[in-house]
Amino acid sequence: MATTTAESASTAPLQAAAHGDRDSRSLVFLGLLWGSLAFGIFALGVLLVNTFIEGSGRLDLMLFVNYTSQLFPGKAGARAAILGSLMVIVVTALLAVPLGVAAASYLEEFASRENRFARFVELNVQNLAAVPAIIYGMLAAGLAVTVGLPRNTVLVGAIALALLILPVIIVSTREALRAVPREIRQGSLALGATPMQTLTRQTLPAAIPGIATGTILALSRAMGEAAPLLLLGGLVFVTYDPNGLLSGFTTMPIQIFDWAGRSQIAFRELAAAASMVLLVLVLAMNAVAIIIRNKFTTSR
Amino acid sequence: MDSATISMRQMETVDSGRTISPTETPRAVLTCDDVSIYYGSFRAVNEVSMDIGLHEITALIGPSGCGKSTVLRSLNRMNDLIPGTKVTGTISYHGIDIYGKDVDPIEVRRRIGMVFQKPNPFPKSIYDNVAYGPRVTGMKVDSMDDLVEKALRGAALWGEVKDKLKQSAYGLSGGQQQRLCIARTIAVQPEIILMDEPCSALDPIATARIEDLMLELKEKYTIVIVTHNMQQAARVADRTAFFTAEAAEGNGDRTGHLVEFDLTTKIFSNPSDSRTEDYISGRFG
Amino acid sequence: MSTTMQSAGPSRQGGLRPSSAPVTLRSANPRYGEKVLLGFLMLAAAVSILTTVGIVLSLIFPAIAFFREVSIGEFLTSTSWTPRFADKNYGVLPLITGTAWTTAIALAVAIPLGLGAAIYLSEYATPRVRKIFKPVLELLAGVPSVVYGLFAVAFVGPVILKGWFGIGVGTYSVLAAGLVLGIMIIPTVASLAEDAMTAVPRSLREASYGLGSNRMRTVLRVVFPAAISGIAASIVLALSRAVGETMIVAMGAGSQARMVAAPTEEGQTMTGFIAAAALGDSVQGTTDYNTLFAVGLTLFVITLLINLVSIKLVNRFREVY
Repeated sequence: MATTTAESASTAPLQAAAHGDRDSRSLVFLGLLWGSLAFGIFALGVLLVNTFIEGSGRLDLMLFVNYTSQLFPGKAGARAAILGSLMVIVVTALLAVPLGVAAASYLEEFASRENRFARFVELNVQNLAAVPAIIYGMLAAGLAVTVGLPRNTVLVGAIALALLILPVIIVSTREALRAVPREIRQGSLALGATPMQTLTRQTLPAAIPGIATGTILALSRAMGEAAPLLLLGGLVFVTYDPNGLLSGFTTMPIQIFDWAGRSQIAFRELAAAASMVLLVLVLAMNAVAIIIRNKFTTSR
Repeated sequence: MDSATISMRQMETVDSGRTISPTETPRAVLTCDDVSIYYGSFRAVNEVSMDIGLHEITALIGPSGCGKSTVLRSLNRMNDLIPGTKVTGTISYHGIDIYGKDVDPIEVRRRIGMVFQKPNPFPKSIYDNVAYGPRVTGMKVDSMDDLVEKALRGAALWGEVKDKLKQSAYGLSGGQQQRLCIARTIAVQPEIILMDEPCSALDPIATARIEDLMLELKEKYTIVIVTHNMQQAARVADRTAFFTAEAAEGNGDRTGHLVEFDLTTKIFSNPSDSRTEDYISGRFG
Repeated sequence: MSTTMQSAGPSRQGGLRPSSAPVTLRSANPRYGEKVLLGFLMLAAAVSILTTVGIVLSLIFPAIAFFREVSIGEFLTSTSWTPRFADKNYGVLPLITGTAWTTAIALAVAIPLGLGAAIYLSEYATPRVRKIFKPVLELLAGVPSVVYGLFAVAFVGPVILKGWFGIGVGTYSVLAAGLVLGIMIIPTVASLAEDAMTAVPRSLREASYGLGSNRMRTVLRVVFPAAISGIAASIVLALSRAVGETMIVAMGAGSQARMVAAPTEEGQTMTGFIAAAALGDSVQGTTDYNTLFAVGLTLFVITLLINLVSIKLVNRFREVY
């Protein structure tokens, strides 16, 4: 294995050192590097296969159409969780995308380097990107109590997830805007367009593929996130469809967490089956994002 | 607003009453008085004073780093976009200081358009490239189709693109793209067109077409062109300004300044400054 | 050559009569719509500041109420955490040892594997190989953490650790949770470290080859040191992820809050406690409920300190290249 990689490596652009790369220490080193990458990919494979094997017995129609049940795990389903996840993600996107794109546009296109407000916002964004997800749940819970909303509602859940992914959307939107050639902006301004017209008619449309990539990745993260929603309380046993912003709800990750913690083996199986559904959704979103990114970078 | 521009231009034509030739003295449409331009604390250009004549082509020439592009960009406030840029002295457009307090840089750029070194069409159709300016500046247009056609004809591009107006501008050749950028600029009916080395990315045939176009355009517009090609300046320009860069006292920063500004024929046949003569005869630069 | 002569002298010789056509360069219309839109953009940017303020406020008030009941000294030094028992003790140290174990195990997995993958991708892989494997590796960060949690309890603990390696772990252990957590953060290390190494100028590598070094020596002696601030940033970022991750440790490490002495033991992390307590029926305003926020505040302060270090490192790395 190591030899074949060494050969493929020597066809890489840097051929200058190829002659010194075949001593035993170099080959061991290369083997370790290759092994590191292979381990990660192997672990992903094992996780997918294992989850599929454990859950395959319950990948049936009941999983999609039935509500959860305390007593009959064999007939329980993730209907409320699937609908809840979809609904919360849509509301999250409606909150986070406009805010994130707007904030990124301001930071990238309007704020100068000396602008203190913008620099302070940047510092906050950088920090918020690494604040633990569960803290956003505490924020949303505190916010709900302050304004007198019930905690366990679609709106409060979406606010928690939107604030969680906002920094990711801001950072990726800024990168997408930065990748738009400066000449486009200059051309527009030289015709008498205002900076705002230049943003809305030239720069933002040109940045859409990059923004879409970052946004889809961020939403897929929100889709798989359970921690902040735990703080909203009352989400683990929901046996009705969510029907509005102030409706109670649960999501797939929460449902999986609940089932995985129960002692009966049938619930474990159910958790694995629901995990497969969640994985398919999340990995599909990732794939779409990567396809958009690849298409975008090759066309430029 | 644009109707005001048009009537103003007509008035100018009535005022002068005839086609202007470089031997007669035109009126100055842009006036620079002691203009210095700074990037932060670095003085890039020092105390330039020159007049841009109406319906003339003025060429700015000189070795690279002499500040000619910096001066050009200050004429329609494109240098506002570079953080830390400061302009001192006065640049007047019809007697109005374009860096004055009440002046909107958007209005300045609408009247004083710019064509860049590298063709920079928008990632849109040919038609939308031309229609963009009139749309964003809110020009009252009877027929956008007519306006687009007129602008493309004005840029000598109509015949080549009339059957593919809806196709992407990126499908055009470099020379065609540059003429599209000129069409785009004249579609907003500016009075002055600034051109920053517009032919440097083009082959000789495309360059010749753009030069012919400039000579046509000056009937209607005033043109200021930066070029490093002295033959180009000699071929098209009525007046030529020669810039050079010299180290300022004290430190090693090279500051550009205007050496000589005169009728092109004079600059190329009988320059008054020896440095101009050295440059045009190829002894330095 | 005097500058005054420049401005007043020869350049004025072609002086023209100024035109004074009646034009105005004032704004044609006030563009209120754009001002409103700009206001919206600034407001959206301000949401980030408001979020930070909101986090601090929502943590600090319940935490203050908590510290009225429990002394900060007991909270920080007591080694017993039994808020739910009749004999209540509020020492956060057991939770911190839980977090320290899972984080340390995760980093022990993620740092070598992440850096190894990063070096391979940036220095050895052909563009085609990189284009395929980089996104696949990044999928590891895209897998939902509950799925990882299930993987830890259902497979890594019972099957791999106990079954294959014969390690005496129960259903829950900080070892299983830490290992899985480590797999999750491999891409965090690999991604930023690879960016840092790719940014090292080619000329540095060529200089090293020119001196007769082979590729391994070049990587270890030239590329790695040159990229060190970016690599350090990647590790600090991974540390912050590991400390803050909730679902894997809540599901895999167990729910017994006690001082963790060995990796095979069960242990509860700070995030694990918050998750478990949130599921209980604490009534708002009670000490039970406020306990959550005291731990949350501790977690926030710890990650904030880590983040500030990481931000400093990232900014330095950006400055260098």
